[in-house]
Amino acid sequence: MNWWYKILEALPFEWAQEGQMIFMKNALLAIILLTPVFALLGTMIVNNGMAFFSDALGHGAFTGVAIGGLLGLAEPIGSAVAFSVIFAFLITIIRHKSKMAGDTVIGVFSSSAIALGIFLATLGGKSFTKLNSYLVGDILSIAPREIGFLAIVLGIVLIFWFFVFNRLLLVSINPSLAGSRGINTFWYEVVFSCAVAVIVTVSMSWIGLLVINSFLVLPAAAARNIARSQRQYHLLAVVFSLLSGVAGLILSYSFETATGSTIVLISSAIFFTTWFVRKRFA
Amino acid sequence: MTETRFHNHDACRQGCCGLCCTKIEDFGVTIGSTVILKNVNLHIHCGELTAIIGPNGAGKSTLIKALLGEIPHTGTLKFVQYDNGLLKAPVMGYVPQSLNLDTTSPTSVLDLFLACRSKYPAWLIRRKREVYKVKEQLDRVNAGHLLSRRLGALSGGELQRVLLALALDPVPEILLLDEPVSGIDQNGLELFYETVSELRNAYDLSIILVSHDLDMVRRYADRVVLLNKTVLMAGTPEEVLNSDVFFDTFSLRWQKEKRGKGGTAL
Repeated sequence: MNWWYKILEALPFEWAQEGQMIFMKNALLAIILLTPVFALLGTMIVNNGMAFFSDALGHGAFTGVAIGGLLGLAEPIGSAVAFSVIFAFLITIIRHKSKMAGDTVIGVFSSSAIALGIFLATLGGKSFTKLNSYLVGDILSIAPREIGFLAIVLGIVLIFWFFVFNRLLLVSINPSLAGSRGINTFWYEVVFSCAVAVIVTVSMSWIGLLVINSFLVLPAAAARNIARSQRQYHLLAVVFSLLSGVAGLILSYSFETATGSTIVLISSAIFFTTWFVRKRFA
Repeated sequence: MTETRFHNHDACRQGCCGLCCTKIEDFGVTIGSTVILKNVNLHIHCGELTAIIGPNGAGKSTLIKALLGEIPHTGTLKFVQYDNGLLKAPVMGYVPQSLNLDTTSPTSVLDLFLACRSKYPAWLIRRKREVYKVKEQLDRVNAGHLLSRRLGALSGGELQRVLLALALDPVPEILLLDEPVSGIDQNGLELFYETVSELRNAYDLSIILVSHDLDMVRRYADRVVLLNKTVLMAGTPEEVLNSDVFFDTFSLRWQKEKRGKGGTAL
């Protein structure tokens, strides 16, 4: 990590000086890794109208954490990933097999998951407060080892993304058209849902369950206002997410606020700005 | 019903009448407890444009979706080539009725094509050679100028031609077209039918077209299938569009009477 600290010393910030505020430097690296991956997957979530779905995945991940706690695991992240992948898989199957409206299915799952999570977490009179960190998130507490783990998971998701993007795009444009070209739409939806479940779960404790969905949806929604092709859409989403991530971290330091929510507020400001100028790009 | 030519698959099993043909045998679709299609038997030759007509809810679009394998069905689809080797899965081209696309979607025509033909993400890698080929394909249907337009900004007719070009890449053996009910002006429709007609001759395709425009069907189709839950009648446009079954199905009784008095039919 020393190379990273050396680079940052060139910056004119108080916290960036040698030996100062290592946690800020760690957090900055984590944000630079996290936000672009969220933005890329977010473009497809917005294409497919799955914003509510990705929100529900966070709830599933929370239940996974509670189950992990119950099993006495020191690091509940493993059980959280497992549970939220199963959760994503179930929602996708039921959405496909039943004629019920998608948001109803998601609503049912989402509320059941969060209720189960709270039930398990408080079972036997335990206090809920230790789980608060998952709700609000604390990127400043991330350690180099955890950044390494995050980098590996995000790298795997990116490689996967590289190979399935075209087919997912086609499925999102028209499932019948995709089917006529030999694409098994159901399995692509499942795989995509699982990828989103994985990144939401591994990032949840740093960003916070309450705002994590906006990391996925807001940059893409803002980019969509002014983009005219997939290339512009993706590049803009990545730029917006990096910009709000880095600016949000620095501002949260000045204002002494929670980092996750500061980042989201900047993303929303970008969204409304692009929304007002969208007609010039139409 | 004397003119009805129900396809008899025992007679046809011996061989094909042309270079290749498609046999739809005993197709049926039931969703829940509702029978949508039953006993559909059709024999479609390549190089022919077969139009499927029928009233609303006749199961026309369902038939297309069943042929694509998108909804479960009974019966079989056989694609037979001239040497009578049975091809299990013919290459299908499909032009959907509409994309149901969010009109704000930042997807250009080029994105759509690259997503279909390139291995690499359409937004990340655009190789010149690929872009050139896409342009060529669009030119075939007079849509080359639409290359970098957004899908949501195309008119109904333009979108239809773009989707047609897409369905021809790679060149299919069976081309399934689901014509939109609305949103295309008369000129656009004319151009679309002319393009499809040219393609039929140029590539020797089996074309199955769900149509709502009986005038176009009369002018361009080689064969017409009248569908309402099952095949009511199949034959040349002349035969089908002047038959009693046709008039009854479309409730055009006044036309029938007019014809009876020596007037000209529709």
